[in-house]
Amino acid sequence: MLTLLFDGIAYGMLLFVLSLGLAVTMGLMNFINLAHAAFAMVGGYVLIVLMQRAGWPFLACLPAAFVATAALGALLERLVYRRMYGKSHLDQVLFSIGLTFMAMAGVDFFVGPQPQVVQLPAFFLTRFQFGHGAWQLGMGSYRMFIVVVCVALALGLQALLNGTRFGSRLRAAVDDPRVAAGLGIPVDRVFLITFAVGSGLAGLGGALGADVLGLDPGFPLKYLVYFLIVCAVGGTSSITGPLVAALVLGIADVFGKYYVPKLGAFIVYVLMIAILLWRPQGLFTREGRK
Amino acid sequence: MTTPVLQAAARLRAPSRWRAWEIVLWVAIWVTPFAFASHAALISEIAIFALFALSLDMILGYAGIVSLGHAAFFGAGAYGAALFAKWVMPDPLVGLAVGIAVGALLGVLTSPLIVRGTDLTRLMITMGVAGVLLELANKFDNITGGIDGLEGLVVGPLLGRFDFDLAGRVASFYSLAVLFVAFLLLRRVVHSPLGVSLQALRDNRLRVAAIGMSVNGRLAAVYTLGAALAGAAGALLAQTTGFVSLDVFEFHRSADVMLALVIGGAGWLWGGLVGAIGFKVLHDLISNVTPEYWTFWIGLILVVLMLVGRERLFRPWTWWRRGSK
Repeated sequence: MLTLLFDGIAYGMLLFVLSLGLAVTMGLMNFINLAHAAFAMVGGYVLIVLMQRAGWPFLACLPAAFVATAALGALLERLVYRRMYGKSHLDQVLFSIGLTFMAMAGVDFFVGPQPQVVQLPAFFLTRFQFGHGAWQLGMGSYRMFIVVVCVALALGLQALLNGTRFGSRLRAAVDDPRVAAGLGIPVDRVFLITFAVGSGLAGLGGALGADVLGLDPGFPLKYLVYFLIVCAVGGTSSITGPLVAALVLGIADVFGKYYVPKLGAFIVYVLMIAILLWRPQGLFTREGRK
Repeated sequence: MTTPVLQAAARLRAPSRWRAWEIVLWVAIWVTPFAFASHAALISEIAIFALFALSLDMILGYAGIVSLGHAAFFGAGAYGAALFAKWVMPDPLVGLAVGIAVGALLGVLTSPLIVRGTDLTRLMITMGVAGVLLELANKFDNITGGIDGLEGLVVGPLLGRFDFDLAGRVASFYSLAVLFVAFLLLRRVVHSPLGVSLQALRDNRLRVAAIGMSVNGRLAAVYTLGAALAGAAGALLAQTTGFVSLDVFEFHRSADVMLALVIGGAGWLWGGLVGAIGFKVLHDLISNVTPEYWTFWIGLILVVLMLVGRERLFRPWTWWRRGSK
């Protein structure tokens, strides 16, 4: 029971890190980027390739996945994404689905269509047991690691957005790009960095989650829905919203799959539709708080 | 009536007149099953896909509702028609009517979900509805046959005389006929006051509400219409192939049909037809070259198309001009 709860939290935290970049581009930059899940997949594959072909240790691959995806994100933002900012949502959706298709076929081509298995280092394979009976709590050390990393990231980002000069510049650039530019804020560069960091986070999440979520070229389409749910339900104007939504989703999904395995994602979809009908703008929004 | 009023009325009526090229195209379309009898199965497939794209065109192109879950209605129609043929009676036309009815019913039931919220919410909800149906069909696999597909589906002869043959000749005429009827119907609808008000609503919802039209009612009406047609397309697929599986609800179906519509151009009736033909031809060409990686090229086409601007696809003379936003 508690074990399930813990697994759900770890899963939710993972979803949170994966969706955060999407929440930022969608909420802050008003761009529906369905290719976000493709960035996560690329991060996962960077980890796999570095570990299997270059023999890097697992822990060194995580930052590498972040850097590689962030660089890719920055490059794409510079080359193609920037031109799509002003277009309609439909154009953005189709554009990013196109990118996703390309990424999936590309990964298929370079690495192969088979699912990838991550060789976790030995110290991540231990398991801790507390209590007994219905309240037994079993914690895999890898999942503990995920939770710790994700909490640290969440706190760090919160501090970055609310406490630093960059954070206030970003919020200004989002609220009114024109006035922000007039005040001398380099709006383009702020967006570029934000996009790169968001993509990098997706890559890091994909690398972290390669073991838990599984990794194959179908990854983007499989998890895209989950990321979108987190953003749509959590609202995209703060970090707390997606965090809560990701945790709820993670816990609901783990419990649902455990108790009624055949219904699968059914519970998640129904929950999402119900919440969106109740609060079309998401659970936590600036509008909602008024 | 005064002359300006008459002129205005004439101008409003002008787009609804049949053009010569439209008639020529339809004649050409009707000749294909005679001329290319050996490709009858492919013709039927394209006609069904075109009908599906046409139904999305009503929702997306005319009413501006972004939907990533249009497969929900397609699948509902397919399962409706297939289960009806299996358990009640095998007549294809009655089955088609059942498919349409199931699609329309689902459209009515889900239309309250899509009239509110933003594009993102709608995207999520349409996707979620298709997901819910997929999971339900998977859960009740004793009825639907689950992943393996529905077994023992026998469809009776068309009009009591023409049996569905293996080469798909009857199927191709059947599908084309349904597509043709749907096209005529939609042609009537989009030039009616309802159709015109839908386009107005797509362009500026606030103003349409301000002149006293019921926005939600019209959206619900067109959503139901689109759902019914998608149900018809699904029913056709089930009947002409004699097979239904969970695949009809899959996400890639919704994405493919949207892609086809965008290739053909949303917002005009021929968009669905042109797009369906274009998509299938592209698919064939690319998968002949690289059968495994054809999604890469489709993705590339999509990305380039969006960067150039999809409204410029049919205006080659604007390709090399600097884009105005």
